[in-house]
Amino acid sequence: MFGKIIGWIDDRIPMTRVWNMHIAQYPAPKNFNFWYFFGSLAMLVLVNQILTGIWLTMNFVPSSEGAFASVEYIMRDVEYGWLLRYLHSTGASAFFIVVYLHMFRGMIYGSYQKPRELLWLFGMFIFLALMAEAFMGYLLPWGQMSFWGAQVIISLFGAIPVIGDDLTLWIRGDYVISGATLNRFFALHVIALPLVIVILVFLHIVALHEVGSNNPDGVEIKRKKGSVAEEDKPKFKFHEYYTDKKDIVDAIPFHPYYTVKDIVGVVGFLILFCWVVFFMPAMNGFFLEGPNFEAANPLKTPEHIFPVWYFTPFYAILRAIPDKLIGVAAMGASIVVLALLPWLDRGTVKSVRYRCGFHKWNIAGFVVTFVLLGWVGATPQTDFKTIVSQICTVTYFMFFVLLFVYSKNEKTKPLPERLTK
Amino acid sequence: MSNAPVDNGRRRFLTIATSVVGGVGAAGAAVPFIASWNPSERAKSAGAPVEVDISKLEPGQLIRVEWRGKPVWVVSRTPKMLEQMKAHEGQLRDPASEEPQQPESAANEYRSKRPEIFVAVGICTHLGCSPGFFEGNFSEKVEGTDDGFYCPCHGSKFDMAGRVFQAVPAPLNLEVPPYTFIDDTTIIVGEEEGAA
Repeated sequence: MFGKIIGWIDDRIPMTRVWNMHIAQYPAPKNFNFWYFFGSLAMLVLVNQILTGIWLTMNFVPSSEGAFASVEYIMRDVEYGWLLRYLHSTGASAFFIVVYLHMFRGMIYGSYQKPRELLWLFGMFIFLALMAEAFMGYLLPWGQMSFWGAQVIISLFGAIPVIGDDLTLWIRGDYVISGATLNRFFALHVIALPLVIVILVFLHIVALHEVGSNNPDGVEIKRKKGSVAEEDKPKFKFHEYYTDKKDIVDAIPFHPYYTVKDIVGVVGFLILFCWVVFFMPAMNGFFLEGPNFEAANPLKTPEHIFPVWYFTPFYAILRAIPDKLIGVAAMGASIVVLALLPWLDRGTVKSVRYRCGFHKWNIAGFVVTFVLLGWVGATPQTDFKTIVSQICTVTYFMFFVLLFVYSKNEKTKPLPERLTK
Repeated sequence: MSNAPVDNGRRRFLTIATSVVGGVGAAGAAVPFIASWNPSERAKSAGAPVEVDISKLEPGQLIRVEWRGKPVWVVSRTPKMLEQMKAHEGQLRDPASEEPQQPESAANEYRSKRPEIFVAVGICTHLGCSPGFFEGNFSEKVEGTDDGFYCPCHGSKFDMAGRVFQAVPAPLNLEVPPYTFIDDTTIIVGEEEGAA
């Protein structure tokens, strides 16, 4: 009976085929480690954001008069409203944590290198859409930091020569941030950008499954057809779509092996996530900033304005440069340069395990730079920190310059023939 | 089904013509979507001039009024403030107000119609924060000047005429809005003399 239903469906839509091709018979390298949790965790957080977001819109009032009060109403009077909102606000920060770790994984294992350039670019577009989504979502509670943060970010576009002022006017729909801005940001935040993100995530996965996952060794598991002896092939059934074109080594089917592994990651993640949601949802002002507990006041700027922590590294680059246009350009370049990684890295060895010692130090330096920039961007400016941010701006871009230079004739270690543990 | 031979030239022409006409149509259809983001008529009409009573303004005091949703400062400058403004002219980006950040009638050394009354839009020309008024303690930001404005967002500094100091992110002096003295104790912000 059950088989008949499946057969009936399969005659009309390729359900079993897609399940096998992309899950049950999808070949994944057997050596995924800790760093490979964050793709599936990002999807989990995306589902959390969409679900809690839909429920929040049921009580949120997108107007300059009603927004702040409706958020208080959700927190105090709506049943479990506090939980839905904290899941959503903590989810926003969690999204960036897992995405930054996911991107870092790509950097250390060279997952952006050929043939995964387009996969990396889709990822960068997701990152951009995510930043826009987070920024617009942050305006909605209509607190002081919402208002002034948006004022600063929208003014960034004013730095563009000639059209800058008209462009900011067009984005705001008013001479200052107003209810008009709030309403359009609400529409973009709940409809337009989530659609864009979901489509991009779909394309990201399609691109991933076409080229196959990279792995901590950076050694391809898909070999030339006929080059692998029968006894070296894994004893699993993989979909013909993959085995017809290539011989596959050291792979295991995504399901059940990595679905089960990812469940472990999900449980670990949820323990930390719920701990934040229930015990410190504001995260000492990092996830929810103090001034945002006060309603927006267009006549009074809070003493210190910071974006939420996930923007602060880029914000610090903006602040480091004492010229409006160059500062904005440098901030934009700091993101564009990440998207160009596949072409800036001229090496052929992917994983940090087999690359030169200098590469390890370069990546370590980049991590320190990124964290320092994040710290400087999240705390009040002093002369000392201005210098720190200026040095870090230089070292941020130096990572890419150095990579471009030494990757050309890099002294690498010999790659293993097959995947290691 | 006609059995006429395929005319590739004609087929290409039709493909291009259809694409171009369709493209123009799509561009035309985009106009209302893009234009609807501009300020609405209601938002535009909210930009009406504002009347400010300055009869109770003490020397050295600053009051804020709202015009077009922006904070506008009206400051009564003391003789000491006016005196000190000359001392730091060498440290300013645009001491002579050459950039058109003020109406013609205020394009002078004090950037105002009357030296003692200063009117400016209290929005930093960097990224739109509202600078704080440092009354009497501005010397911690700029030595030798007791009063000024300091933007908390990115550390831009302005003197008592809203003139920006060098080596800060803000590129321009604070904007002076159009305003008019109706009499000695009342000004109208948003309306230039004779333009009404």
